[in-house]
Amino acid sequence: MKKLINEPPDVVAEALLGVEAAHPDLRVDHQHKIVYRGDAPRPGKVGLISGGGSGHEPMHAGLVGLGMLDAACCGEVFTSPVPDQMLEATKVVDGGAGVLHIVKNYTGDVMNFDMAAELAAAETGVEVTSVVTNDDVAVQDSTWTAGRRGVGVTVLLEKIAGAAAEEGRSLKEVADVAREVNGNGRSMGIALTSCTVPANGKPTFELGETEMEVGVGIHGEPGRSRAPLAPAKEIAALLVEPILADLPFGRGDRVIAFVNGLGGTPLIELYLMNNEVAKILSANGIMVSRSLVGSYITSLDMAGCSVTVLRVTEELLRLWDAPVRTPALRWGI
Amino acid sequence: MSEGRVTLDELKAWLREFARLVAEHRDELTSLDAAIGDADHGTNMDRGMAAVVAAGLLGDTVGAVCKHAGMTLVSTVGGASGPLYGTFLLRFGVAAGDVVELDATRFVAAMRAGLDGVVARGKAEREDKTMFDALAPGVEALESGVDLPFGDALRAAADAADKGRDATIEMLARKGRASYLGERSIGHQDPGATSAALLVRAASTTLA
Repeated sequence: MKKLINEPPDVVAEALLGVEAAHPDLRVDHQHKIVYRGDAPRPGKVGLISGGGSGHEPMHAGLVGLGMLDAACCGEVFTSPVPDQMLEATKVVDGGAGVLHIVKNYTGDVMNFDMAAELAAAETGVEVTSVVTNDDVAVQDSTWTAGRRGVGVTVLLEKIAGAAAEEGRSLKEVADVAREVNGNGRSMGIALTSCTVPANGKPTFELGETEMEVGVGIHGEPGRSRAPLAPAKEIAALLVEPILADLPFGRGDRVIAFVNGLGGTPLIELYLMNNEVAKILSANGIMVSRSLVGSYITSLDMAGCSVTVLRVTEELLRLWDAPVRTPALRWGI
Repeated sequence: MSEGRVTLDELKAWLREFARLVAEHRDELTSLDAAIGDADHGTNMDRGMAAVVAAGLLGDTVGAVCKHAGMTLVSTVGGASGPLYGTFLLRFGVAAGDVVELDATRFVAAMRAGLDGVVARGKAEREDKTMFDALAPGVEALESGVDLPFGDALRAAADAADKGRDATIEMLARKGRASYLGERSIGHQDPGATSAALLVRAASTTLA
């Protein structure tokens, strides 16, 4: 294992010290491992909190700020945060209009956020609504699995719901926008390499020089199948076709296309993939209204990418374009 | 089983022994998790149980000690294991009550309450390939061992939990991250069932 770390157990805490030093407009609670907007709570504004295991940076701490999250709860690497963290964040960001919990659909995340919401109801008067993202088409959505994983849509949802909250909309309205985004977005990813969790010191799975893992998650959990490495255009088809078939997307749909790096893939390859994705979308009569290309929801040092396609309305686009100021996304200001 | 007793000190010894077994099997639990999950079960359980022991197992009653230990797990483990093992101990503690000693019947009832808590939190069913598949046979063996000496019932429970753990190898995962693998989850022993079998084994060696 070659990593820029000191001791594996200190990785998250030391990274948060670095976040604090780099972004003076954020506030870091080191005891609870929570990153806050510097000006939280905003009176009258719905508070947005999210969180999850660390190792997916910039999500979620890098998405805290004006127009997006009010707080991000950071768990250990690939391990969901604990209820105490979400309870504390809920109390801190409540500006009197309630708090939205944005939860990715993983067994641990859902249980810990559920316990936090139960504790918030028992201990505080804060109104909490939870929205769960589950956009990964690689996983069968059936009662026989834990359900689809929350992946790329989470980033787009935090931006769009964040804009809705910034406009002063009610908790119910913000939650409805968030559910609309989740309902209209689909994702799928592939890995070219495994990732290495600092505490383990070795790759989570083995992948040969000429193999790729198709339908991979963001925690080094193996995907649905293993396939021989292929040219980018074939990989793009492998990812986009199941996405389009699932919603399903149709001719004339307008979308935000999001090509996301998993942590170990250079931007030049992501742009190359974006070209392939755009060609397939265009061939299907789908109009790309906005694009996001870069590494936003990562899996430590994993090489590979995910593609997310979100069908949008004029209103969702307007919220997407609204000003945002976070470490990772920042425009319109 | 009627002559069986679990004192407060024995209960604390059980939790300490579970912590010791988790530490001893830490790498094994993590390797099992790497095969079908996200490679953190041993690390997380060891962090949580070490914290439980380090906090001193405070409390004057079985209920208080278990509540404190359960909250410590919930607050330190994260993932699915934190809420599940935490809920097990919280419910065990509520069922045990504010007593300094449990008779065998009440101990078994508390184990059942803990198991029911795990089911309520995780929605797992039999053969979903989870900790339930080791814990449930263990509790059931205790319940059907009412006519046995308490020590024999505990050993039968530990054996049943081990057998349940082994049976997860052939199961298709339907809960947790392993469920994403579909058919590829078959052939791997479930890490949660493995740690749950350690919990029951620890009971058999400290409470018998």
